[in-house]
Amino acid sequence: MYRTLFPSDLVAELDRLQRKVQRFAGPSTGIRGFGRNSFPAVNVGGTPDSVEIYVFAPGLDPTTLNVTIERGVLTLSGARSSDLPADDKKVAVHINERFAGRFSRAVSLSDDVDPDRVTAKYSDGVLHISIKRRASAQPCRIEIH
Amino acid sequence: MTNANIAKNEPPRYEDSTMLPPVDVVEDDSGITLYADLPGVSKDKLSVRVEADVLNIEGEVTLPFATHIEASHAEVYLPRYHRAFTLGQELDREKVSAEFKNGVLKLHVPKAEHAKARKIEINVG
Repeated sequence: MYRTLFPSDLVAELDRLQRKVQRFAGPSTGIRGFGRNSFPAVNVGGTPDSVEIYVFAPGLDPTTLNVTIERGVLTLSGARSSDLPADDKKVAVHINERFAGRFSRAVSLSDDVDPDRVTAKYSDGVLHISIKRRASAQPCRIEIH
Repeated sequence: MTNANIAKNEPPRYEDSTMLPPVDVVEDDSGITLYADLPGVSKDKLSVRVEADVLNIEGEVTLPFATHIEASHAEVYLPRYHRAFTLGQELDREKVSAEFKNGVLKLHVPKAEHAKARKIEINVG
């Protein structure tokens, strides 16, 4: 199994893992799992008026990335070619940890996002997708007379 | 711009821990080539150093527009990468060359002239 990133502080990692397990030990989990140990790593966050998704996909040609939003699920897929030489007897491969091949990941979006207002930008190996929330879903102050 | 929100839910003691970036290392007659995945690191936040025998690769993650975001799911939760490799005497650490593009670092460490492969004749007596 490909691992995207390896934490180097084992004690801290075990501690973190334990708390993660406690947090996820609820009655149900997402049907697409947590998506750990897969390429590319994804961070999802939000602001009051947008959902921000960061996809850690280094070494890609952004034009080969497919990003679609359908029925509230954002799917991204593509392929990363290997930098390793193809079966050359004069070259020795000592470490081979980086992902190569086809990948696909899905992120469930909340109901209040507007799929028509999406921006996506690729820089430093990170794809940043920003999806605006619908105006009606944003908190507004109710005046009391 | 800050990275605090990447590890926002983690207590401060995690600030010293780092992520190990995945690497590929290949060797041919000319030397060793290393590829490292460092997504989110800009060129000015990347440091490649050789101290004594050790090659150190360090990078700091900066994400655009990440200041006011409440993280709901984070697989990259530490703001730094670090990985170190011990180089052998046969490698020429003075002539390390590096390229960094789209979050992938490519390093080439050539072999020292005296260490280049030469075929050893075997005499059958």
